[in-house]
Amino acid sequence: MASTAVVVEGAPRPGRARAFLLRLRSGDEVAHLITLVFASAIFLITALLVFELYRNSALAREKFGWHFLTTRTWDPVFENFGALPFIFGTVVTSAVGLLLAIPLGVGAAIFLAEMAPARISDALTFVIELLAAVPSVIYGLLAMFTLVPLLRTVVQPFLKKHLGFIPLFQGPNYGVGLLAAGIILAIMIVPFIISISREVLMAVPVEQREAALALGATRWESTWKVVVPYARAGILGSIFLAMARALGETMAVTMVIGNDPKITSSLFAPGYSIAAVIANEFTEATSDLYIHALIELSLVLFVLTIILNGLARLLILATQRKGTAHP
Amino acid sequence: MKKKWSILQGCLVVVSLLAAGLLWQAQRSVAAPAAPLLLNGAGATFPYPIYSKWFDEYHKLHPDIQINYQSIGSGGGIRQVLAGTVDFGATDGPMTDEQLSQAKVRILHFPTVLGAVVPTYNISGLSAELRFTPEALAGIFQGKITKWNDAELTRPNPGVNLPGNDIVVVHRSDGSGTTYVWTDYLSKVSEEWKTKVGKSTSVNWPVGLGGKGNEGVAGLVKQTPNSIGYVELIYAIQNNMPYGLVRNSSGSFIKADLASTTAAAAGAAKEMPDDFRVSITNAPGKDAYPIASFTWLLVPASIEDGAKRKVITDFLHWMLNDGQKHAEPLAYARLPKAVVAKEVKAISEIK
Repeated sequence: MASTAVVVEGAPRPGRARAFLLRLRSGDEVAHLITLVFASAIFLITALLVFELYRNSALAREKFGWHFLTTRTWDPVFENFGALPFIFGTVVTSAVGLLLAIPLGVGAAIFLAEMAPARISDALTFVIELLAAVPSVIYGLLAMFTLVPLLRTVVQPFLKKHLGFIPLFQGPNYGVGLLAAGIILAIMIVPFIISISREVLMAVPVEQREAALALGATRWESTWKVVVPYARAGILGSIFLAMARALGETMAVTMVIGNDPKITSSLFAPGYSIAAVIANEFTEATSDLYIHALIELSLVLFVLTIILNGLARLLILATQRKGTAHP
Repeated sequence: MKKKWSILQGCLVVVSLLAAGLLWQAQRSVAAPAAPLLLNGAGATFPYPIYSKWFDEYHKLHPDIQINYQSIGSGGGIRQVLAGTVDFGATDGPMTDEQLSQAKVRILHFPTVLGAVVPTYNISGLSAELRFTPEALAGIFQGKITKWNDAELTRPNPGVNLPGNDIVVVHRSDGSGTTYVWTDYLSKVSEEWKTKVGKSTSVNWPVGLGGKGNEGVAGLVKQTPNSIGYVELIYAIQNNMPYGLVRNSSGSFIKADLASTTAAAAGAAKEMPDDFRVSITNAPGKDAYPIASFTWLLVPASIEDGAKRKVITDFLHWMLNDGQKHAEPLAYARLPKAVVAKEVKAISEIK
């Protein structure tokens, strides 16, 4: 700090320098600078990440071009690589996960924020936050030893028997597969949705509820028609966060998805996700093209996440314009 | 406000002076005794238990030498030894000619121990030991044999009541030396496998579910009725898993164990090339188990640092003699004598 002072004192306009020095000493300028550096570091890291992924996938991009996205083969021996089955697996498992987790998560959040007695709400919230902190390999083991046998012996035969006319529930029943991966993802992301949605719902001003009740609304009507729409942006935010986690989840998914890069119409069939194949094959990949193909897959996952997040943001904008209750 | 700042600054100066002093002191005390010689290696995961045992034992004999080994996978081991970031590498599958041509200095292969891969299965209500022909294994993993009561399976297993259920195939999803050995074997016994699928640490599997690691495959096989997979012999022994006999090139059905694995290496040793890059799957010999492989250390043929060169050559000598004793308690098969003798000669190539 002393050296800064010397340099500044030598500057042509001592008056200004003195003012700067004063501000420096009051701490505002320092705080501004430091936080600015931290904030730009985030941007820098993202840019560096994309740049490195792009640079290190050059061989695969040159060899396969855009066909990389539409090819269904993944053959490390004859070095023919395509990303389509992995994109399919990633999107399908995340979609199944979200489909199950959204109603469950938002419903639980509404109960905890609006209906449950404070003591129960606090206790449950603690448990939920605990669940969010469980490492994913634990969820993977849970899925492998509990969920998969349950799916194979009870759930999938039941679905096959009663809904077997839908292609989603046909084909051989292994237990592991897209459905198992989707369900474990749902279990993993539900705590995020509940935890954040509950906070957002609790932040809705009490006047909003009182006003609705004063107009003769029932408790449920005030919750569903006033509080939830008011908190919609925050709830959607929690869902996007959950989606991002689902898209990138690796360990738990690879343990139960079956790891077979095929595209099928059945949820019972094994699949493969982008994150899972990278984790599985990166350590033993020896040829340059193979490594570049795996890195290009990470690039695809990155872009996929950006696209889905962008679409989600557009969805918020669209609903906000139509919205009435949002401020 | 002003006063607070100056106190804070004062504290900072004192603390940083102290820290600098301590650091200087620390550096001096480290530099004073002779620094232990540190060797770094990286690579295959399959031999990791025996390697860490060896490096530990060797450190006990030579307290001034420390060998670090990171089991990052064979691919990583090959890459790092090519880049020269480690003193030695390790791999479960030999380097290809193309990879060797990328190396700045010549790289030598040294077989260390042997491993075997066994077919493991789960058929409800069946406890008999199954016998597999090469044709049966290739057919099952190609998706051509789909029922357990296929003639190719019932013929070598008279008296065993095989069910008519669909076979569920399980393979490794992560790249691994185990997969390399398994696909190398299938490539040797089936021309169609060789041309359509090939051999590698990961392949484009025609059928089946993928499990991550030996434990992933074992878990899927244990849980899924009527399934078949492959795991390392060590893993099957340690976990009491049932595994089948496989017909070898002389026509006898062999159960994998340490002796039959070493026999496979002995059978192959007669035609061992000078660079030790040899596949011993489907090896000749009446008692040879056909799905076995060496695992190799990768050592540069020229090491500039004289001290390091001395340690590496000395370690290799120790590993080939005393070190082999540690192999069998850890369920690795030891090298046959002929291979050891040939390797001892090759050590002198390190200059």
